[in-house]
Amino acid sequence: MKALGIDIGSRYIKGALIDKGEWIDYKKSGTTFNPLEKCNEMLREMPADRVVATGYGRHLLEVHGNIKTITEIKAFARGSRAFFSKCYTIIDIGGQDTKVIALNEAGNVWKFEMNDRCAAGTGKFMEIMAKNLGYSLEEFGSYALTAHQEIQLSSMCTVFAESEVVSLTAKGVAREEIAMAIHRAIINRVASMAKRFSLQDEVVFAGGCAYNPCLKMLLEQNLKRNICVASAPEMTGAIGAALFAEDDGM
Amino acid sequence: MADYTEMWRNLGLNLENHAGLLAVLGEGYKNIYLSQKGRPKGMEYFDFVISEVHGLRIKEIADAKKAGRKVVGTFCVYVPEEIVLAADGVCIGLCAGAEVGSDEAEKFIPRNTCALIKAFMGFKLAGLCPYVELTDLIVGETTCDGKKKAYEIFQNITGRVYVMEIPNMKNEESKKLWQSEVVRFKETVEAITGKTITVENLKKGASLVNAKRRALQRLSGLRASDPAPISGLDALLINQVSFYDDPVRFTQMTNKLCDELEERVKQGIGVAPKGARRVLVSGSPMAIPNWKLHSIIEGSGAVVVGEESCVGERNFRDLLDESFSTVDEALQKMADRYLQIDCACFTPNDERLGNIKSMTEKLHANGVIHYALQFCTPYMMEAYKVEKALGSIPFMRMETDYSMEDVGQLKTRVEAFLEMLK
Repeated sequence: MKALGIDIGSRYIKGALIDKGEWIDYKKSGTTFNPLEKCNEMLREMPADRVVATGYGRHLLEVHGNIKTITEIKAFARGSRAFFSKCYTIIDIGGQDTKVIALNEAGNVWKFEMNDRCAAGTGKFMEIMAKNLGYSLEEFGSYALTAHQEIQLSSMCTVFAESEVVSLTAKGVAREEIAMAIHRAIINRVASMAKRFSLQDEVVFAGGCAYNPCLKMLLEQNLKRNICVASAPEMTGAIGAALFAEDDGM
Repeated sequence: MADYTEMWRNLGLNLENHAGLLAVLGEGYKNIYLSQKGRPKGMEYFDFVISEVHGLRIKEIADAKKAGRKVVGTFCVYVPEEIVLAADGVCIGLCAGAEVGSDEAEKFIPRNTCALIKAFMGFKLAGLCPYVELTDLIVGETTCDGKKKAYEIFQNITGRVYVMEIPNMKNEESKKLWQSEVVRFKETVEAITGKTITVENLKKGASLVNAKRRALQRLSGLRASDPAPISGLDALLINQVSFYDDPVRFTQMTNKLCDELEERVKQGIGVAPKGARRVLVSGSPMAIPNWKLHSIIEGSGAVVVGEESCVGERNFRDLLDESFSTVDEALQKMADRYLQIDCACFTPNDERLGNIKSMTEKLHANGVIHYALQFCTPYMMEAYKVEKALGSIPFMRMETDYSMEDVGQLKTRVEAFLEMLK
């Protein structure tokens, strides 16, 4: 039996196909202005016996496809445990929100923290800042790591930070140093959310931002511990949803 | 609905803005309320009240004014309604539950002000609240910093604001202060209405308000049943309506609804299947038409079984002891009764923690969602103590305002919380 998990995020739609717990295929595409169309494409390309949707746009499939849904919080919990059996904490910097999820012994969600209604510290913030400095999102972290001097960014508000970046570049500060300051500001914020829980065993950094080597390094420095990143961290939610689809244990 | 344009024009409302507000309200009510399944028949009365919220009820109050009765507007459950009714006045809670007139309000108050304060300023400034236009006296109170400073400005705008000083502690000195404030309020109401407050009319006022509280207590008790015989949205609406409907008619209609709910409980009829997740909402007040959190929770398949809130339990939990034989004794008992209210503006406020716990047990709630209006510091702060006091009972805090921009994120958080309750 094949099971598909679809994670409809604010920036990307991720699909993961599993067969008897084994991961056999995955797809990723931009959410665009027509996410339903993108989801339908995925459903056609990766036919499955059971499907579960998660992510910000999950209700789209519930309404249009009569597909069961779970929140990304629950999906990330399940997906992270599949990668790391001793995971008790998950950090996810998503497109429009940032969350920290604490799990109990059994792998169920025990508590979670999530920022609402503000883009500060989210993936969207990263994207805007990378663009302002002329980097692609993929190279943003590697360039930040080349910074020599440490400067501080005083504002985390996307709007204010944007003007601060403008004034820093006007002062002639090297862009990799500004890039580093942006990364550090984001991690300070996420780490303070994570510190509300007592961290134990494996702390997992999930979601697409976990590819960024600078974010990972700063997170390790800040939390003073090793951070686990899966081989395809952005698939965490989709795999979690697929695992729920497989056992239908909802 | 009849044509009330003339009445609204005479009250000085901004007709264009007002028509817009009624259209939005009507549409919202249809989507949130009328779309609910399995509603009790007794809700028809409340549907009617809402459809006439700025119509028939305003006409009633305007007629009462013509007959010589005075209208007292309030924003808080500390204002003793009994005194207003004793002087044959009309007591109404004023509009403060929608994001309207923000631009106008922000000319006077900072942007970072709680939605409720911004709303009561906005309603007045944008010419949208017929109730405030009908008032002879607007009673403010010193419950929080935002409100007490806003009332100074509101006084400049309306010229009829009277502020009661609510103490911040519940020691002997504070009790004395509060007693004298109740006496001062009585004198103020006498001066405005030209009526003398006597034991007899206080008894009458007390019995009207107590009857209303009993009806609301009865409703609250019925929500303990599984399946819940009434939705949280509908119960919230009834609590909201209790602040401005005619008290006699309101009590009668609420009791009638409760008769029906009792029958439902006997037959095991509910608005959600037996075993549906049950949530207690606790925190800042939800003024009409603030239905945001309830609609998110119930839209996710759970039932809200209680509101530990000023628009809810805090308003009706305690009855007034009616066994008084002098005016002084009545005012004394009244001061005692009102000072029992456990608003987060008090320090310490440990009674509230106990009350939340006991409500959770009595109503068989599976979890508690702590609701704070953004910038409502007393409740935002107290959430920490509530969480600690609840121990192993699932708890989630939420801060939001009246806007709809965060509904997606809130829905995710609420659903994730409900998943944890399974």
